[in-house]
Amino acid sequence: MKEVIHTPVPLVEEEEYHINMGPQHPSTHGVLRLVVTLQGEIVKSLKPHCGYIHRGIEKMCEKDTYPQIIHLTDRIDYLSAHINNHAVCLLVEKALEIEVPERVKYVRTIMDELARIQSHQLWWASFGMDLGGLTCFFYGLRDREKILDIWEETTGARFLQSYYTPGGLLWDIHPNFQKDVKAFIKYFRKKIRDYDNILSGNVIFRERSRNIGLMSKEDAISWGVTGPSGRGSGWSCDVRKHHPYALYDKVDFKEILYTEGDTLARYLVRMDEMRESMNIIEQLIDNIPEGDFTAKMKAVIKLPAGEYYQRVESARGDLGLYCISDGNKTPYRMKFRTPSFSNLSVLDHISRDLKIADLVAIGGSLDLVIPDIDR
Amino acid sequence: MKEFFKYFADIFTGVRSLLIGMSVTGKYFFSPGQIVTQQYPENRKTLKMYDRFKGEVIMPHDENNHHRCTGCAICELNCPNGSIEVISARIDGPDGKKVRIIDQHIYHLGMCTFCSLCVKTCPENALAFGQEFEHAVFDRTVLTKILNQPGSSILKEIA
Ligand code: SF4
Ligand code: SF4
Repeated sequence: MKEVIHTPVPLVEEEEYHINMGPQHPSTHGVLRLVVTLQGEIVKSLKPHCGYIHRGIEKMCEKDTYPQIIHLTDRIDYLSAHINNHAVCLLVEKALEIEVPERVKYVRTIMDELARIQSHQLWWASFGMDLGGLTCFFYGLRDREKILDIWEETTGARFLQSYYTPGGLLWDIHPNFQKDVKAFIKYFRKKIRDYDNILSGNVIFRERSRNIGLMSKEDAISWGVTGPSGRGSGWSCDVRKHHPYALYDKVDFKEILYTEGDTLARYLVRMDEMRESMNIIEQLIDNIPEGDFTAKMKAVIKLPAGEYYQRVESARGDLGLYCISDGNKTPYRMKFRTPSFSNLSVLDHISRDLKIADLVAIGGSLDLVIPDIDR
Repeated sequence: MKEFFKYFADIFTGVRSLLIGMSVTGKYFFSPGQIVTQQYPENRKTLKMYDRFKGEVIMPHDENNHHRCTGCAICELNCPNGSIEVISARIDGPDGKKVRIIDQHIYHLGMCTFCSLCVKTCPENALAFGQEFEHAVFDRTVLTKILNQPGSSILKEIA
């Protein structure tokens, strides 16, 4: 019998095609457009197109006084609004060499950690939904609501609080604040076990997220991937540990590090961070000292001419604020080093040669907030 | 052989993890505990916002139609996006001197970002936040409001 010469013919011969993921795609969590080059189902490369929600915040800062800048920083990364406000306040206080009252430091630290918890809750909710677990979305948002209520009572707003002012706080905390926060911690310690039972332990989720989107420590450092995403690759980059501000040098907390560098590791970092944030709050909530809620400030704040830089750890990573002042009441130039922008840049590298369905998981695990990228 | 056992062990742990997850959802299905959903349009009558809730900027008036605003325009200066326009007028005061009073305190709700700077910096505490939050309208000119009520005047103690 004559042997049949069999040459396999690939279905798609070196043919690559592009598809647009976004700007309106549920898994990009905002108006981000990813031009994905595919070969069949395999991601060959990926180009993010930013700018759909660019509002020119850096330019607007140049016409605003320092107290006015605060409300713009809310809108950079809206999920860590308190933390962004904190960065501006710390920058101004550092430049003017103002010591804020102890009470302010306590309240700011607690608020920042609440912001981190609610940001991770929303991320957990939407990450679960991206991977097909709609239940997560409801549970995550149900628990996040409790924090928003606490904020609404004290700051007056649920989302864009603008609660910090240079030198202190806008108002004193509400009399119910301590009681509510303690009730929330008690409540959430129970609920976070549900999170683990539903998603962290789930076999489908674990198999879908393990060993995809591998990012080595070197990658994380060279792309500047900070925050929980960087710590999932074993890079110790927590600003709270390395350059402590507010009360982070007084409280006892661990920097969560995982060395696997895959999507699951980034997930686990955030889950542990929520628990660690609760530990921080518990250490502080009972000890808020009495005192003023704001330091004495001049009515018109003018920074001495010079350059200033301030870093804080937002829920997404290292937020840097660079400010040049020429001695006026508005900055000469304000530049935000936002974490999501650098975290997005690594997406191309870590999602190559994976399936497009994995891209959704990887993108979700980087926890991108699009206004944070575009500003 | 080891592979063989691992295969079945994986199936067993997999099914177990699914059952654990289902037990959580099942628990909430049968005993939801506290109902968190608000029946919003129906509960309008009982819905109470928190005292500090920032719904809109208002100028509180007392029962004699007096407000506290002197027309100093500090709020206008502090507003980051020009949501406030203060139009003041000069009238003859009791001792013959001209005094400044507020003519119109115009507030553009549609532009306001609720940064609270106007309320915070007003030297007379003439402004406050209102609780009203249903601001959806068909015509945006409705969102431009004049905060001092017609015929109102400044409180005697301040003037
Ligand atoms: S509301 Fe207050 S700040 Fe504004 S003009 Fe009146 S008194 Fe001045
Ligand atoms: S709350 Fe802020 S944006 Fe709104 S009117 Fe007052 S100063 Fe302007």
